[in-house]
Amino acid sequence: MPFNKISLMSGRRGLACLLLAFLAMSLAQAQQTLTVAAYPAVDDIAKAALTQWKKKYPNVEVKVVSRAFADHHTAMTTALSTTSNLPDVMVVEFGYVARFAEGGGLEDLSATPYSIKSQQSRFVPFAFRQATAISGAVVAVPADIGPGTLLYRADILKKAGLVEADLTQSWDAYVAAGTKIKTATGAYLVAHARDVKDIVIRSNLSPGEGLYIDTKGRVLVDSPRFVRAFELAKKVREAKLDNKISAWSNEWSEGFKRGTIATQMSGAWLAGHLNNWLAPETKGLWRASQLPEQAWGSWGGSFYTIPKGAKNKALAWDFIQMMTLDPQMQLNAFKAQDAFPALVDVHNDAFFDQPIDFLGGQKARLLWRDASRKISTVDVHKLDPIAEEIVNTEMDKVLDQGKDVRTALADAKALLERRVRR
Amino acid sequence: MKSPRPYRLSPKAVPYVLLSPFVILFLVFGVFPLAFSFFLAFQTWEPTAGLASMKFVGLDNFAFAITDEWFWKSLKNTSWLALASGVPQHLVAIPLAYFIHTSFKRTRNAVIGAYFLPYITSTVAIAMMFSTLFSTDYGLINLTLHGLSQLPVLGGLFPRDPIDWLNQAENVKPAIAMVVFWRYVGFNTVLYLAALQTIPKDIYEAATMDGAGRWQQFWFVTLPSLKPMIYFGVTLSVVGGLQLFEEPFILTGGRGGTDQAGMTTAMYMYRTAFEFNDFGAASALSWLLFVFVALLTWLTNRAFKPRGPSA
Repeated sequence: MPFNKISLMSGRRGLACLLLAFLAMSLAQAQQTLTVAAYPAVDDIAKAALTQWKKKYPNVEVKVVSRAFADHHTAMTTALSTTSNLPDVMVVEFGYVARFAEGGGLEDLSATPYSIKSQQSRFVPFAFRQATAISGAVVAVPADIGPGTLLYRADILKKAGLVEADLTQSWDAYVAAGTKIKTATGAYLVAHARDVKDIVIRSNLSPGEGLYIDTKGRVLVDSPRFVRAFELAKKVREAKLDNKISAWSNEWSEGFKRGTIATQMSGAWLAGHLNNWLAPETKGLWRASQLPEQAWGSWGGSFYTIPKGAKNKALAWDFIQMMTLDPQMQLNAFKAQDAFPALVDVHNDAFFDQPIDFLGGQKARLLWRDASRKISTVDVHKLDPIAEEIVNTEMDKVLDQGKDVRTALADAKALLERRVRR
Repeated sequence: MKSPRPYRLSPKAVPYVLLSPFVILFLVFGVFPLAFSFFLAFQTWEPTAGLASMKFVGLDNFAFAITDEWFWKSLKNTSWLALASGVPQHLVAIPLAYFIHTSFKRTRNAVIGAYFLPYITSTVAIAMMFSTLFSTDYGLINLTLHGLSQLPVLGGLFPRDPIDWLNQAENVKPAIAMVVFWRYVGFNTVLYLAALQTIPKDIYEAATMDGAGRWQQFWFVTLPSLKPMIYFGVTLSVVGGLQLFEEPFILTGGRGGTDQAGMTTAMYMYRTAFEFNDFGAASALSWLLFVFVALLTWLTNRAFKPRGPSA
């Protein structure tokens, strides 16, 4: 057949196709769809809530779009930048809230019809403030928080002849205890010296100070807070108290399994991870305490947001209310996924009084509840990711190449100031 | 049955219609991203604020990139890795191809298949396997080294203490280079094997008649005949090596390792865009990297160019 005889589509068949397409479209409209974009384990929490959702909205299908943590935030950045393919409900992790808020792509939930401020007292204070942008807009609703805690191996401590207070009194006591642990049992105090730095730079911040950069754009990385953090980390490394392994590596979980890591500072949720998959066989050997030297910090936390370009905002808001303001939902998420509730209403539930088997029957949830009230908000700056990278790189140089602490911090400051000026 | 006129293509339009699938895809996925990244290189942009928030900043992004310590550091890392993984690839692949060519007859395909396998294996699987192998306390590599260090005479040559491959700045690069070498040596071997098969037998026969031994045949017949393929293989290695991303990215958990010792320019570019949210600078970096790649490819071309009319 010659090429010019090729017909692209015969007239009658084309019409039939068009009709079919219309039919399909009208069918799809009868069933509304609400898209929720989330990462693990928030996706599971959202999916578990769908039975209740269906009772209220039998005709609204909820599509939970789940991606790996980093992929999720990359996809959301792309969606916001092109204002296309936006979900109706966007779950955002703490570290990204400020970044997304600054771009102005998220609904202000303090405005009508949301008026979230009327519910402010029902949330853990620091979490609610984290959801408030510099402009005063409340761009997110906190769902779960990660109150910081020190998990330690009670058996190792006992062998070294130490008690909990030896770890928590002060940072110097913590390091001294580490030396005793190492001599008595051979176990390392921490997985990585960097972990100590990470918590010290986050403690004792005055309100509005900012972690790396303050609200006026001043770089803070050579402040006493950083000097102390770097010196402590250096001390830990010099005394050979760290195993030089990063969190979430194979060696890390192996260290927990074999009992070569005596303590780990993290969000309360880590106890759940240890119990479920990291080191279930160490059940009963761990205990939780507050962080050393009354440091109050938080690790992570999830927030629900509505993008400005979302199609079903009213439904999205209903969904978010169900996830964040319904005590039963909050409790379910805590029980199933160790998602510590941001909703204060449920903090007096009997579940908090229950002993945790993994922690040797300790009622640790009460401890974490206490901590959650004392955590202060750390203002987030959009350059925080690069600041963290700069500080960590200088930390590496101090730990591995013996670079002087003050020189390292001055270099970090210079590098960061260059970025701020841009 | 004859279709009505309007649905027919004129003979003039046919080639364009038939070409259009490729052209459209190429425009969308090839030309547009290129043009957009070039455009972005002159803008500052807060991506989460939508497309409207772009502002023209002239050459600011380039000025920033050129004076950026980390850009030069990443370029140094990239060059180191390209050299340390690229040169051995060819030094091993050529003799290996020659050996397979001359020594294997019936099992040749199976042997070459085994060498080629890493090239087609998923990067994620490779990364998982190697991070287990490289594990400091429990990895097979350190276990083997430890075993070797216990040998009576040669033991002294091997380290007694376990090596921290992926967390110690000075070990990260060799570890990555090893993986890259392992992954691509088979690919190059296939290239050279194909080239070897095109060398006419009579040249070797003539060489044998002239009394050339196996070594002389390799040096004076095989190697010169392989030159065009070496040029091709080296060019691929230069381009691929300078754009190295996947292996270091996954082996170092996306961070580039301690003191960023394994952070390549392509990785730094990616992080600048998606982690540090600076798409303008990332685009400028990508164009600078392009210039660097183009320059080195041109140099490779110069190096392999036949000198004098006799060649």
